[in-house]
This record gives sequence, structure tokens and C-alpha cells, in this order.
Amino acid sequence: MSLNKTLVDMDYLLKEAPREKHFITGAQAMAEAVKRASVDMAIAYPITPQSEVMHLVGDIFAQGHIKEYYRAEEELGTMSAIAGAARAGVRLFTATSGPGLLRGLEAIVSWPGHRVPCVLGVLTRVVNAPLSIQPDNIEMAYLLHSGIVLLHAENQQDTFDMTLAAFAITEKVDVYIPVAVATEGFFVTHAKGYVDMTSEELAFNEPDPYAAPVPAMDNEVPPARIQRDAPVQKSNFMSYLIHSVWQQEIWDSNKRAMKYIYQYLGGPIEVQNPEADVFVLASGCAAAQAREAHRYAQEEGLSVGFIKVKAIRPFPKEEIRTALKNATTVIIPEHNIIGWLAAEVKAAIPNSGIVVDGPRVYGGMTLPVELIMEQVYMALGMKSETLQA
Amino acid sequence: MSKKITVGPVGYMPQSAPSMGVELSPKGQALLYGNIVTEEEAMRDAAKALLTMANPTIFPGPQVLWDWKDDVAEKSAAILDLAAEIPNCRIIPMPDYRPKYPKIDAEAEINPNHPNLTILHNKIKAAIFIGVHCHYANLSLRMIRAGTDCYTIAMCAFMGHEEAMASIRDVHAEDVLRFKDILVQVRNELGIEWTAKMPPENPSLPKEDWGTLTPADYGEYRSLLMSKKGEHIADVE
Repeated sequence: MSLNKTLVDMDYLLKEAPREKHFITGAQAMAEAVKRASVDMAIAYPITPQSEVMHLVGDIFAQGHIKEYYRAEEELGTMSAIAGAARAGVRLFTATSGPGLLRGLEAIVSWPGHRVPCVLGVLTRVVNAPLSIQPDNIEMAYLLHSGIVLLHAENQQDTFDMTLAAFAITEKVDVYIPVAVATEGFFVTHAKGYVDMTSEELAFNEPDPYAAPVPAMDNEVPPARIQRDAPVQKSNFMSYLIHSVWQQEIWDSNKRAMKYIYQYLGGPIEVQNPEADVFVLASGCAAAQAREAHRYAQEEGLSVGFIKVKAIRPFPKEEIRTALKNATTVIIPEHNIIGWLAAEVKAAIPNSGIVVDGPRVYGGMTLPVELIMEQVYMALGMKSETLQA
Repeated sequence: MSKKITVGPVGYMPQSAPSMGVELSPKGQALLYGNIVTEEEAMRDAAKALLTMANPTIFPGPQVLWDWKDDVAEKSAAILDLAAEIPNCRIIPMPDYRPKYPKIDAEAEINPNHPNLTILHNKIKAAIFIGVHCHYANLSLRMIRAGTDCYTIAMCAFMGHEEAMASIRDVHAEDVLRFKDILVQVRNELGIEWTAKMPPENPSLPKEDWGTLTPADYGEYRSLLMSKKGEHIADVE
């Protein structure tokens, strides 16, 4: 089905194209971004809370916005099929959640090394037993060392913008590794928020499979071979050194993505009240609560800074180090038990003792702003009004 | 200019140029020793290396070895023109990226899995990478910087390469010819006398006779043979 869309570049689509306000869920926002991304193929395997996204993507396939769509047999098959389809040079989307992400992880962590450009939605969910479908972003920790670019959306608007930007970033010749857009299941995916969206008449330019750092398909010597001839497939015949520099190349590609995060998303962090001594730093849905804590503090006349981390990989070490150079305390609320963001920040700054580990909630618990404010009051040497009550 | 990226060997475990803070040059500019410079400055330094260092060699990759899209033949012809102007230049192709078993013929080709074998065997001290896909070029250039003393030049159709001593980006046929003109100019400045001459034939490569090729030559891949556009296959096994 031809929908006669006007194809435009991502700069125009994200920064200049007229937008209209809609009140939609995070799942809808992700699917609406996919609708505008000239996606060739989406592969789905259902898991809550991701199912909503891929169901909606199935709908837009039926409407003709996507060329191919099918339900794979399970997540390892889904993620492997994404890698296979990438060999044909097509634009790809899939999404998963918690246990599904871990089931597909063997294939997912091989994507960067195989130079697979694609966009992965990660709609976070508890992964540990006992079984739960509730939000918890511990699964993102498993992606931190995979080499893929990882963005973390605070809300429905971020989900729309980051998903669109991800399609441009993943296909840059000097990046060409997958980009994951994560956001919290239910809190964002199933909750409605205002999203300024571009017209669905506009879509991102179609991909050029030849503008790539690897052959889209190995056509050098006929017959065409489907494998990309990664030496890792033939480890007996390769030098150890190529594996080393290959790994370096993945992380270099990850690092190169940073300039595009600036270009399309205005940078990897957002800072409010940079002169403050006490900061609340968060990513994803926790950033929404941290933003509220910042507002509470302003209303109470307290000087508290706010830092939202949009890019988890590449991690904005220098930006965070600069933003926190005069800070005496940085409070890091998170939606997981291990505190992966706090660990990242501690590793990035020279004075990790200023980091307050938490508050953390997990297993589906919400993150009340009051929990964050308690830490703020303590950091400022005040008594917690919440605790008094 | 402080050199961030220098001719090797830098050692057993090379640090990647991006991790050392080298960033790709913006459009219209080039990289020289990891610093952003004008294209002409990078081309002059690269030309001087090709003219003064031993066994200058061009490593053409798959993107310029096969006539697979409109501008390739013109670009490949320009590369031959350039090669003819470099005294005693050789052309050693990187035709694909497969590891070679049991052992590479280092006089016939270069391979990204062990590019140092070709560089060291042929005592190459200055080389151009052109038409090699960026991923494999980056791997090769870094390994060459790690293990050899070869001055590397990347002439890239896309964004260039941090690992090369000189990196020219967005290279098309006219840019190759511009580099050739600069090289001739530098050659004259250096007082090197040379009459344009094509590099010698690659001695290790067998003569190709595609006219006698049959499906049997494809061995186990025979079943994957694709029909040509418009060709109708009536009979299958």
C-alpha cells in the first residue's frame, strides 16, 4: 500500500516540522514514531508491557505504514531475525520487556559486533522471580555492557522523540550499531500524557543500505552469501588482535553516537538550576519524579538542582562531571534495586562520596516525590516534614 | 602541531584513536595525525609520505574493485591515474574480508584479519586505503598502527577514519584526481623525476577467464546462484 508520504530528513522532522498536541499513552507514542520512520520491517513477540507497542505497530502495518511485519516464535528468534533482516539493508524495529529482553539477549548483544542497525524498544518490567509484570528497570543494567546505544525516555513525549531520533542515529555510517529506547512499563507505556507530534503525512527518508560501514549483504563474490563473514564466525582463522580492535570499534561507534544525541535530542543531559549545591539526578520515569521534587523544592524556596540523563550509552561522563563540579550532594532516585545509574555516576565523577544511593523502588512500586524530598531535606540539614508527619 | 596519531608501531594492544579523543573531521576538512586540518594540508603530507617512504602501495577495497554502481568505474580509473604518478607504486587489493585459509598470499592481497602480514612482507612504509568498507578499514588501520611503521592514508567515501595518519573524507573520483595533482606538485617541489607509469601486474593473481566459468566452479554454493535480471530459469535440480 502506498500512502504518498512526504519524505524528509530527521533534522526537519524533529526540529522544524509543525506539531500537534495529542493525549496518548507511551505505547502509542512509540508506535506513532515508528509510523513516521519509514520502517521496512517490524518483528514482534508479545510480552507485557511491550505487547501494546507491537500490537499498535501491527495495526500501522495493516494500515500500510510498514512493509513487513510478523510474529516470531520467541524472543531469541525475534532478535536473530532482526539480525538476519539487517543483512538485507532494511530499516527495522522491534520491542520487548524484562524476561523477553533477557531471552533475546544472546542475539541482542551480538548486534553491535555484527553492525546491525535497528531500533529496539525496551518497555521495562521486573525480570526476577517471583513472576511479576510490573515496572522495574533492572533489565537496562544488562544492556550497559552490550555496546548498543541506550536512551532512556522520561515520558510519552520523550518516547516519541527518542524513538524517531534512534532511527537516524542507528544508520549513521560512523555509528551503525543498534539504538535502544527504554522507558518504564505501565508508568509510561500505559499512561497517557501530552505528546506534540508531527503529521503522519511526513516520514523519515528511506534508508540507503549502501551508506554503511559493512556490506549490506556479502555480494562480493557470487553467489551472494548471507553471512557477513565476521571473523568471529571463524575464530580458528582469525588473529586475536582483530577481535580486540573489533570490540574497540563497537565502543568507538557508541562514542561517536554522542554527537548525534546532541544534534537530534539537544544533548545527553538536561540541567535545571546549575548553581545549586544539592542535585537530584535521574533518568527515565524517575526523572519525572525528580523533576517534581525540583519543583517542590522551588516552591519551598530551596535551591536544588535537577539533572535528567537522557543517554545511558554513551554515558555522558564529561557532561555530568561538569554539571556536578560544585555539587556537595547528588541524590539518585531509581526504579531498580541495584542502582545502576548511581554506579555510573560514581564512576564518572572524582568525588563519588557525594552520591546518595537512592531512594530506590522496585518490583512495581511507585516512586513518591516525598521519598526524594526526604533526601533533599537531609542533604540540606533540615528535618524531613514527611517523616515528622 | 602535536601529533595525536603517529606512525607505529604503537605496541601490542593499541588504544583506539576515538578513545584518545580523536574525532572525525567535519565536511570539507580532513584529519592529519588526529588533528582537523584543511584537505590540502592533509593531502600534501600524505603525498610527501607516498613520495619519500619505501614501497608506497594502494589498497583498493571491494567498493572500487567491482563496477557495482554508477560512479565506481570513474573513481577506479582515477585511482589508476594516481597510482601511475607515484614512483614505484604497487596496487594490492583487499577484495573481501574473509579470513584466508590456510595462509594469505601477502603479495597478492591484504586482509583485515591480519593486514600486518602484507605490510611487513612487502616492507610497505606508506599506503592508501580506498574503497574499503569503513568498519574493516578502521580495524585494519588500527592493527597496522599497532604493529608496523607504515604511514596510512584513508581516502573514504563517507566520513573518514580516525586511525589513519591522514584521512580524507567524502572522496569521489574528482577528489582522487585532485590528490593526484597535489602529489605531482609535491613531487616536483621535491625534485623527484618520474614519468607516469602503471604499477606492475599483481604477480600472484592467476589470469581470470570468466568466459569459461560454469556453475560447477561455485561448488557447495551452486544452489545459491542467482539468475540475472530478466533471465528465466526453466530447469532446476
